[in-house]
Amino acid sequence: MEKINQTDQSRRRFLLSGLLTSFSAFAAMLLYPVWRFIMPPPVPESKQSSVKAATVDELKPNSGKVFPFGNKPAILVRLANGEYRAFSAVCAHLQCTVQYREDYKLIWCACHNGKFDLNGNVLSGPPPAPLEAYDVFISGKDITVAKRT
Amino acid sequence: MFEFSRSENKFQAKKLRRICLKIIKSITGWIEERIDLSGIRGFMDEKVVPEHKHHFWYGIGGITLFLYVIQVITGILLLLYYRPSAESAYESVEFIMTSVRYGWLIRSIHSWGANLMIFFLFVHMFSTFFMKAYRKPREMTWMSGVALLILALAFGFSGYLLPWNKLSYFATKVGTEIAAVVPVIGKHILMFLRGGEDVSGATLTRFFGFHVALLPTITFLILGVHLLFVQAQGMSVPPSLSAEYEKNPKSMRFFPDFILRDAVGWLAVLGLLGILAAVFPWELGEKADPFSPAPQGIKPEWFFVFMFQTLKYIPGRILSLNGEALAIFAFGFGALFWFLVPFLDRRAQKNLSSSFFTAIGIILVLYILAMTGISYFFD
Repeated sequence: MEKINQTDQSRRRFLLSGLLTSFSAFAAMLLYPVWRFIMPPPVPESKQSSVKAATVDELKPNSGKVFPFGNKPAILVRLANGEYRAFSAVCAHLQCTVQYREDYKLIWCACHNGKFDLNGNVLSGPPPAPLEAYDVFISGKDITVAKRT
Repeated sequence: MFEFSRSENKFQAKKLRRICLKIIKSITGWIEERIDLSGIRGFMDEKVVPEHKHHFWYGIGGITLFLYVIQVITGILLLLYYRPSAESAYESVEFIMTSVRYGWLIRSIHSWGANLMIFFLFVHMFSTFFMKAYRKPREMTWMSGVALLILALAFGFSGYLLPWNKLSYFATKVGTEIAAVVPVIGKHILMFLRGGEDVSGATLTRFFGFHVALLPTITFLILGVHLLFVQAQGMSVPPSLSAEYEKNPKSMRFFPDFILRDAVGWLAVLGLLGILAAVFPWELGEKADPFSPAPQGIKPEWFFVFMFQTLKYIPGRILSLNGEALAIFAFGFGALFWFLVPFLDRRAQKNLSSSFFTAIGIILVLYILAMTGISYFFD
């Protein structure tokens, strides 16, 4: 009698573990496509390395302009002395879009009060890294901004 | 002549009452022939609510539920015209507010109702916290309530983006970016929430789905459980009053006495909601533009402002660790602590006064008020 019980128990354990394994496999089979469906397919990053940002008569000294660079915003700043500088407009803190503050004469993020100097370096606030700097080229009336290689 | 018409009126009223009662009786009779309603009838007859100096606070949960019902109704109405895409969402809300008759009112009630609902939810939560209503056997009621608070915040966060205006666009950008600081799975959470790398039309479609399908379904289930617990266990008497209450128990019937008092509160809130919606219609703002800078004065909705303001004060790096990641972990830890309060407050479990937890609650309320106040008035 004892022997039969032991056999029964080990058979029961075997069947139970088999049942659990197949149930888990079945659940995984159902959930995997759902998980893959929920996660969006990757979109290739823009390979654009330069873009026309503005024309020479568009920005007065001590002003800035946010423009699309591929699928990310970038900022072109005209300094008070007429010089142009360009940076990624994406703040390294929480990816907000920065802007040029004419009153402060620096780049500012409205979201968490991050301040950057006109070389893109962090002056104050929570941003953990500077803004990526771009090269600026002027040809004729067009101002072109290019990623540094 | 006057006397005659008065008695005539009385006669007519009695007759109407008799007819109404007859109709109700015949309907309930018809149902009772098919289903046994005696359990529900008995429950309604016997259910009582304790009466003491703090019983006013029992009604706040009902007000929150009432506002949720208003949200469901106005939400369904808005669905008739709203179009969830980056190209048409803003325009459809504009259409609702300018061309659809009473559209401005329905949208305003939905927006104000959402804010009032979360306000009353906070009041309800802190009142139950300070009255230590989470003591045994109501631990699961508390935990389901905290889950409902998180769902309400998720409703607020997802609904904020739907008009697709500048403020909501950047608030969503910041809010979803916060998820990315979670180690290992952060990026996956971000992609799941945004439907891509950036906040875009795909995010709007997702948030719409969360707001009108996923969250209401989960809320319906958890709210059902929460209400079931409340009804099955009855109202808790605060430990500070329980000795006195046991000596001299006073209670009122739930039906109709308590529910009618509740209804007065609902009516007052409906009046307040109507005034707010009519006098201060909810603004639509400017249409979102992913290539414009974040607007000055950008803020999330008020119930997230204390966290938003905290993030402003956290430096980018703390001892070579990511500052905001630490802040997010602190908030996550705080939420977990709050969720598990019934198990941590051992003194309240024994019906003893637990001034330590009361102090934590007071500090939390003061912190939320101070951070929110600084953000609105000094920043």
